[in-house]
Amino acid sequence: MKLSDIQSKVNSTFFVEHQKKLYQSLEDKHTTIEELDDGDPLSSKMILNMGPQHPATHGVLRLVLQLHGETIEKVKLDIGYLHRGVEKIAENKTYQEFMPYTDRMDYLSPYSNNVALCTAVEKIANVEVPERAHYIRMIGCELARISSHLLWLGTMVMDAGAVSFFIWTFKEREKIYDIMDRLTGHRFTVSHARIGGVANDITDEAMGAIKEFAESFPKEIRDYHKLLDRNRLFFDRNEAVGVLKTEDAIKIGAAGPVLRATGYGYDVRKFAPYARYDEVEFGVPTRLEGDNLARYFVRMEEMSESIRIINQCIDKLPKGPVRTDNAKQAYPSKDEVYYSMEGMIHDFMMTDTGICPPEGAEAYHAVESPKGELGYFIQSDGTGHPWRLKINAPSFSNLQVLENILDGEMVADTVVIIGGIDPVMGEADK
Amino acid sequence: MSLELSESLQKTVDALTEAFPEKLIEVYQSSGDTFARIEKDALLEVCRFLKEEQHFIYLSDLFGTDRYTSDERFEVIYNLISMKNQTRLFVKVRCEEENPTVDSVSPIWPAANWNEREVYDMFGIRFNNHPDHRRIFLPEDFEYFPLRKEFPLLGIQGSIDLPQTNPDTE
Repeated sequence: MKLSDIQSKVNSTFFVEHQKKLYQSLEDKHTTIEELDDGDPLSSKMILNMGPQHPATHGVLRLVLQLHGETIEKVKLDIGYLHRGVEKIAENKTYQEFMPYTDRMDYLSPYSNNVALCTAVEKIANVEVPERAHYIRMIGCELARISSHLLWLGTMVMDAGAVSFFIWTFKEREKIYDIMDRLTGHRFTVSHARIGGVANDITDEAMGAIKEFAESFPKEIRDYHKLLDRNRLFFDRNEAVGVLKTEDAIKIGAAGPVLRATGYGYDVRKFAPYARYDEVEFGVPTRLEGDNLARYFVRMEEMSESIRIINQCIDKLPKGPVRTDNAKQAYPSKDEVYYSMEGMIHDFMMTDTGICPPEGAEAYHAVESPKGELGYFIQSDGTGHPWRLKINAPSFSNLQVLENILDGEMVADTVVIIGGIDPVMGEADK
Repeated sequence: MSLELSESLQKTVDALTEAFPEKLIEVYQSSGDTFARIEKDALLEVCRFLKEEQHFIYLSDLFGTDRYTSDERFEVIYNLISMKNQTRLFVKVRCEEENPTVDSVSPIWPAANWNEREVYDMFGIRFNNHPDHRRIFLPEDFEYFPLRKEFPLLGIQGSIDLPQTNPDTE
């Protein structure tokens, strides 16, 4: 008897063709077609739909699992549930208008996303960015990395069973929100980077908060290490769980900490330094095991490295403007807009047409976001909005890894493995 | 045509020119990135060559573009990384408007699997020998390709059945 009865047993009434194709592809996943035993009195084989509204699936991820008892035999992911079409939106907006949309892509580290888009536009349109703006961007990006990793840490440990830990990481995240509030004027969707620089200079108040955070946070990391590193429960749930082999990692296209946990020290900050990452010292943490525990160690060490970068940036922060002076390339400051006719005209021009890269130009620029390589590819037709804007999202690549590493794992480990991969569905869905 | 190529990238380009003199259409640079456009029928050969001889083992991304109103309307771009030489290279193929097809590179880089599905979903370009050719973001029942330039920004009214808002329809 063939497993063709998945179709007859699961009676879909909604998006019939879509559901059929999905179940069909689950059947076809491996070359040998598994046979479901019809005379299986305990019905140990079953199809389990997890998500899209499961608390452990980080938003809107849907997994279709074929189980044998407690073991996952194979799994298919269905990821299209947000349907915002950001790339289509980008093609109908000016570059600066699109920037706030990037906040909503990887909403756990909006600062990195802003910088990623702005640096790509600066590359294609040959915009010079002042030195001070580069350093402010680096501080913002590294704070965003810590903030994102803290959320991952809290939810991952919560998925493994410890709830109060989530509150402690959120306490630290709250401090970063306060810093962002002072630095950018927003807590969550910051929209701070501008083409040609940043929106506003770092204030003394914000600087004080950042220094205070950089001083107190290493102690928190030590406490987290103390709690988790030798914790038998945490160890057993993560060690040798969700193993991505070193030889497979490159093939399946893993990105960011998931790739680095398998032994490849690929980090865009070292590979193609942007901003001023070539002028600060930091390490790229790697591990060889490729399991969930390795990803934990890599991210924890990355947070310490981020603090190291922030401290160096504060020391090196040069004086000067934070946005390019060329009114054809960047928004003028609000002072100029309110008190001079020239300023107002330029402001109007920037809002109406925006910056126009040369016709036929193409550029790709990537930054190392907390999840991995986040790249923007832009094709210009000489007008103020991109002809084509493609976002290379690390969560998308990592979700494909997830589809491959879940096979053969226990169903109870699914949530921990999803947590360890740290996907953000807002970014995976384009 | 003068290109400012790094040493390792220059070697790659030279090797490509030597190995595929007929199939390499052009190599050009834009904003510091290097692009190599090749004939569509040589895609698998070139990709295998790049992976095995030139260490481009990591496929970072793969995407389509729409060159609306031009000849050979669609373009598929491969974003390749050589970990060993620390270089990035873009490979391009073009395909026709009517019934566009490209060979799937997922036998070479399994990472291409989802990316090719995305290109199919958004542009309707089909990939030969793809292991799992389904749409990825949109439901299978949807008939249009949203990132094509003629697709309206507001979507097409009534193109998809929406669920009943009334819970008891029976």
